[in-house]
Amino acid sequence: MGILDKHGVIERNATLLMVLSLVVVSIGGLVQIVPLFFLENTIEDVEGMRPYTPLELAGRDIYIAEGCYVCHSQMIRPMRDEVERYGHYSLAAESRYDHPFQWGSKRTGPDLARVGGRYSDEWHVDHLTDPRSVVPESIMPEYGFLKHTALDIEFVEDRLIADAMVGVPYTEAMIASAKEDLMAQLDPYSDGIDNLYAGYGENVVARNFDGQDELTQMDALVAYLQVLGTMVDFSTFEPEASR
Amino acid sequence: MQHIIKAVLLGVIVLAAAFATNFARDLSYQVSAIVIILWAGYLFIREIGKIGNAPVPAETGYMDGVVRAGVIATVFWGITGFTVGVWIAFELAFPAMNLTEWTGPYLNFGRLRPLHTSAVIFAFGGNALIATSFYVVQRTSAARLFGGNLAWFVFWGYQLFIVLAALSYVLGASQSREYAEPEWYIDLWLTIVWVAYLMVFAGTIYKRKEPHIYVANWFYLAFIITIAMLHIVNNLAVPVSIFGSKSVSLFSGVQDAMTQWWYGHNAVGFFLTAGFLGMMYYFVPKQANRPVFSYKLSIVHFWALIFLYIWAGPHHLHYTALPDWAQTLGMVMSIILWMPSWGGMINGLMTLSGAWDKLRTDAVLRIMVVSIAFYGMSTFEGPMMAIKAVNSLSHYTDWTIGHVHSGALGWNGMISFGALYFLVPRLWFRERLYSMKLVNYHFWLATIGIVLYASSMWVSGIMEGLMWREVDAQGFLVNAFSDTVVAKYSLLIIRGTGGLFYLTGALIMAYNLRMTMVGAGDATPIKASAAVPAE
Repeated sequence: MGILDKHGVIERNATLLMVLSLVVVSIGGLVQIVPLFFLENTIEDVEGMRPYTPLELAGRDIYIAEGCYVCHSQMIRPMRDEVERYGHYSLAAESRYDHPFQWGSKRTGPDLARVGGRYSDEWHVDHLTDPRSVVPESIMPEYGFLKHTALDIEFVEDRLIADAMVGVPYTEAMIASAKEDLMAQLDPYSDGIDNLYAGYGENVVARNFDGQDELTQMDALVAYLQVLGTMVDFSTFEPEASR
Repeated sequence: MQHIIKAVLLGVIVLAAAFATNFARDLSYQVSAIVIILWAGYLFIREIGKIGNAPVPAETGYMDGVVRAGVIATVFWGITGFTVGVWIAFELAFPAMNLTEWTGPYLNFGRLRPLHTSAVIFAFGGNALIATSFYVVQRTSAARLFGGNLAWFVFWGYQLFIVLAALSYVLGASQSREYAEPEWYIDLWLTIVWVAYLMVFAGTIYKRKEPHIYVANWFYLAFIITIAMLHIVNNLAVPVSIFGSKSVSLFSGVQDAMTQWWYGHNAVGFFLTAGFLGMMYYFVPKQANRPVFSYKLSIVHFWALIFLYIWAGPHHLHYTALPDWAQTLGMVMSIILWMPSWGGMINGLMTLSGAWDKLRTDAVLRIMVVSIAFYGMSTFEGPMMAIKAVNSLSHYTDWTIGHVHSGALGWNGMISFGALYFLVPRLWFRERLYSMKLVNYHFWLATIGIVLYASSMWVSGIMEGLMWREVDAQGFLVNAFSDTVVAKYSLLIIRGTGGLFYLTGALIMAYNLRMTMVGAGDATPIKASAAVPAE
């Protein structure tokens, strides 16, 4: 055991011990994380992916603040039962504008990666207000207060700017019209709707999400839930072609 | 002069925080700023009062005041964290306990769950690590803590971090990164405190009188350095505004997921394993009055453990959009990790060779041994769950929760309790603990609690995993998601009951330690001079 006898050198030298420890613990992370920024299938472009609209982004921030991620995943694995239950398995590209990612780690409630379009807005509002009124077995907390809490949109431009700084392709025009775009999404007959479609595409769903006249946090959260998993059209998507 | 500089600095902090309070964009940020005003304001007044005082002569003995404070904080935060845990466990069985009707969003599961995890990992575990590391590094280096009052800064700075983080979750500010939920300004504060911690700890090692650095200190040192690296990289984020808590992470999607679980798994690996192994390597030999079993095993398992742990993160992302090669690499490394983990377990358990009879008489030693046994069990369970085929069933289920708790309650909790029972009589100069009988009660309550917790979560997790994937002869899914929720009901109650047992045990410990501190019953005071000065 000659080599272990030499360990005394490290034990007597605190600097050496610290430097060697740091080197040893750095290796794994470097090998596993760094390549992900360069590999084709982790940075692929998939048709349909777009940045969240200001309203959806505000809803996403509520999703995060309320800790929805502790009970709901947004990552469908390619197993038969998951694909049957939740839809097409999740692609890396589908969370490319998620700062941070919301894959989650636990399904106390079902996966939400493709919940968009599955239920009506009314169902979502009812379910969030009193989960057991629509799903008697549910153990979800109640979120009725979202309906009575006004959505604060004073700093919505700053919110988009922060995302733009970390690589989400919000243009200057999109940032400048953020407030108008946010309001336009609540009313498909408003003047601003063309600008919203011009910035985010014709597939954006615009309507009064919570059925109330006021702009509330419920509007934003339901708008976010309704866009989840709907950006990529899987009737035309071909995994091979995109790699 | 020193007091004037400090007072000016604190005054500036108070003004800046007042400014931030005024311009705050959200409630969490505003409350944080007010807490900082109160904290810095109190220190400011205290420093003003000290101006003109004659300089206090430097003390020379071991610096144990900060360790005593750490012991009290450990017990306090432990009970806080366990209580929140029991509460949210029952919230899952009885959703009315979210109390949304009366309290609004503040006590909802989604906001309390980060409070629970942070309270037990960082508040309870962190205080236990800081307190024991300060105690151990002084004894094994024969030196007083480096940096004078810097150790007190670490202690109080860390408490401030805990308070700010806890308030921010309840008030709705979170990065949504598991075990790294605190927002950017709290992260920055923790970075400052952590650098100070490294300075105190490493500084004490540098001025040691023993030529060799004791094995416990290797683990503590690796823990401090690695947590610094993980904390900084995983929390890279751009704040939306300097006057608001919201920030966006630098990375997104798959890169962000990998970074987070590289952090998340090594919060387990270094915070909850390496640091606590440091605890084991000092307190178990001390309590058993035997030397560490094998010096060579210590060397091999230390380097193997810290090298391998870092690779295990991808097992949290099996079958996700993370590339296959990374998943497989994470799986293989996780399985290899079993070996150094058990190396540590063997080294701890075999330290008792020749002293096994003490288990019959010494309840504190029994707590320590059971903690090592749970360490061994959960470090076997972990690699097994990291196997992709097993993980396809266990992932997203309660099994993971059970696994985490057999490690956290069994290993981290029990070894901390053992260390606390060891420390309190020595730090408060008592002959012995107030009551060994109460230690025994604590031991049994905690052990039964863990068994109830882990077994109910095994059943619940495996059951829901199987129910989710069950298909009938025609190939249709048999169970709706809500069917699995109903099926878990009784198991969730058993789990909560297990937590209640564990909490009760901890309350008994708090009473026992309190009575020991005041010197009641068997805990008769011994002469203060019995403490050996460092220099």
